[in-house]
Amino acid sequence: MTNTINLDGQTIPFSAGQTIMQAATDAGIYIPHLCHHPEFTPHGSCKLCTVQVNGRICSACTFPAAEGLAVISNSKALNDDRQKITQMLFVEGNHFCPGCEKTGNCQLQAVAYYLKMLDNHFPHFYPKRGLDASHPDILIDHNRCIFCTLCVRASQQQDAKDVFAISGRGINKRLIINAESGLLKDSGITAADRAAHICPTGAILIKRTGYHIPIGERIYDHQHIDDKDTLKAQHGE
Amino acid sequence: MQDYIQDLAAQHNHQARQLLQILRSIQSHYHYIPKPAIEQLADLLGISRTLIISVVEFYSFLHLTPKGQYEILISNSITDHMLGKHQVMDYLASKLNVTVGDVRADGLVSLDNTSCTGLCDQGPAGLVNGWPLTHLNPAKIDAIAALIEQQQALSEWPAELFQVADNLHLPGLLLRHPIKPGDALQTGLTRGWAQTLTEINQSGLRGRGGAGFKTALKWQFCSEESDPIRYVVCNADEGEPGTFKDRVLLNRHAQQVFEGMTVCAAIVGAHAGFLYLRAEYHYLYQPLQSILLERKKRGLLGHSILGQEGFNFDIEIHLGAGAYICGEESALIESLEGKPGIPRNRPPYPVSQGYLNKPTVVNNVETFFAAAAIAVKGGAWFAAVGTEQSKGSKILSISGDCLRPGIYEYAFGTSIQSILNDCGALDTLGVQVGGPSGSFISDYEFNRKLAFEDLATGGSFMVFNRHRKLLDIVQNFTDFFAHESCGFCSPCRVGTALLKQQLDKILQGYGSAGDVAALEEICQLIKTHSHCGLGQTAANPILTTLERYPELYQSHLKNISYEPGFDLDAALASARHLANRDDASAHLAQTEDYD
Repeated sequence: MTNTINLDGQTIPFSAGQTIMQAATDAGIYIPHLCHHPEFTPHGSCKLCTVQVNGRICSACTFPAAEGLAVISNSKALNDDRQKITQMLFVEGNHFCPGCEKTGNCQLQAVAYYLKMLDNHFPHFYPKRGLDASHPDILIDHNRCIFCTLCVRASQQQDAKDVFAISGRGINKRLIINAESGLLKDSGITAADRAAHICPTGAILIKRTGYHIPIGERIYDHQHIDDKDTLKAQHGE
Repeated sequence: MQDYIQDLAAQHNHQARQLLQILRSIQSHYHYIPKPAIEQLADLLGISRTLIISVVEFYSFLHLTPKGQYEILISNSITDHMLGKHQVMDYLASKLNVTVGDVRADGLVSLDNTSCTGLCDQGPAGLVNGWPLTHLNPAKIDAIAALIEQQQALSEWPAELFQVADNLHLPGLLLRHPIKPGDALQTGLTRGWAQTLTEINQSGLRGRGGAGFKTALKWQFCSEESDPIRYVVCNADEGEPGTFKDRVLLNRHAQQVFEGMTVCAAIVGAHAGFLYLRAEYHYLYQPLQSILLERKKRGLLGHSILGQEGFNFDIEIHLGAGAYICGEESALIESLEGKPGIPRNRPPYPVSQGYLNKPTVVNNVETFFAAAAIAVKGGAWFAAVGTEQSKGSKILSISGDCLRPGIYEYAFGTSIQSILNDCGALDTLGVQVGGPSGSFISDYEFNRKLAFEDLATGGSFMVFNRHRKLLDIVQNFTDFFAHESCGFCSPCRVGTALLKQQLDKILQGYGSAGDVAALEEICQLIKTHSHCGLGQTAANPILTTLERYPELYQSHLKNISYEPGFDLDAALASARHLANRDDASAHLAQTEDYD
């Protein structure tokens, strides 16, 4: 069996059990994503990796690759919609890049650059969300959470701790902490945990390290998110 | 409290999959889920407190803060509004001295809205501590208020307050001649289960929930799975506003529904099944349990059914807790497992990996009801009725502006006009076929047919006369989806909220040129990119009416190129308050005159 799919006109191989996203990543092809991370169980919620598979809309991060699939990813229509979905994420929370420690290293920001997003397009929700600065080493700024669940998965699957969960329904989703007090300081997390470093935005930050790398010298200040090396750096390899 | 929680967990064998059922009991006992109960349960069930909190926050009928000892919820369905829900709510609030959305200071009573209670043919309707209240009017409310103030237990309340009518107006192919308990199983044993599946295949039966997947094919796929442990699930989470036929089927014909499930179990080789009953139908729980018990006594359920060794099947009833999304089959399965009802990624589909990741058939109440009859009467009997692509009959829940709201059964292929004639609909503006997730049909389309190939419906059929304001209906439906979105995927979570905001902006008179196009843009994004059927259909109320009545939307727009999306002057109120000013220059006009 040849085991190939066609991605935007290019024939790429896949191995049994791989998703379209995994096959694309192995072939060095970038499909925009935020909730996906190669080390953790696919989630399929941000919908930025939306592709057309034999004419049907699917999430590349969860859809299994299969012999002969014709996948369209890099089309104008899909990228336009991805831009709008990214804009939705921006207006849903409170994202003020110039005042955020994560600027330049933020995947939400970098995806927005990649999709040539120039404004927020939709009206802002300006939700009232709080901070959790209780932990000595880690800060949570709920204003920037996009509910990708990467911290949830990293804590469960790598740190074996189960510190985070997403609660609530609809637009009232919220990140909650597994501690009787609900505060991060009373959870089992430490700054050495993977979950403390996995956030694609500036919602989970390590205290006192925000400006070790000056603005202007950060990952996406010089590289695009679709660069192969950038992807590796972003995935912490 | 500690002993209560401990006993409760023990009753449920300390199984995490029973979490939702356990929380339902705690809620009804304490009127909320107390924090110590969460901590204790986490220990007893061996799960994290965050899982428990996320379940509580997901379901509308569970709460982290106390509700009243008498918790009153009034249905927000458009049909209840049309029957005077607003006045009922106001009267309740003043009579009981409680604010909508709040708990009275003495903790005795709370009042709030809830999504459609499935009592649209007898509204305005609601629930008190989960018990149904129909035809609410001032006299009834006076009686209810008095009982509450006297702190009478619900069991002491007059039974007629909880009377729910079936309103079966037009029985058809299935409802006219229900089968006798045991007939389908007896025939199936004689005919053989493989041949029974062939009959169901030949009947052309398709899923009655609305999606219309071929039933025989689903059962066959499940039976061909390699895993020998399989499940049969009956979806009685009838949440689509305007639908209530499953309530009537379960009230009148539960035997036949359970028999259909048992036929399915025999065909796919399942030994356990579930009826997932929506919380709004909690009052059916005990009667249904009695029927299950009776079937066991008669050898129609349990061990060695009809004396056949190895033919074992049991049915457990699971209650929901107020979440429309759990009507989606994979969300329902998550909920059965005691988790928030978030739809799964597919593939894998439930027929290969469903409940506890085992092959699972999930079908609608009406599908099992029909399958039992087909098992007795054969495929040809059923296939003789209907159209080429839609065999058999469809049971409709008719509500809204008509003289005889209730249950009607029609052969597929029946025109909308003849349905309107039967139910006594006069001066009709249009019909919402299939509920908010379906389509709005206007008066020039009444020759269209009830069929999967034309107007597919799960059973909701809401009639609107010419005095109704179409956009009020659309707004009600749009609010519904924003309220019921599970929030898993970005397009639906943010999109349904944006849609509500954008529609409100237009309807409140703050829309200007381009705002209808902006509305449509959000619709397309949600429809195309959402994770599941809820999001993919959430924009239907706007899209199907925008297509038919574009001028109606345009007429709400101001004739200027840009209008702020909110009331500028009102937004300055807090600034005025802080500055202690109210002079003319502390106020802003909404727009300057630009031309």
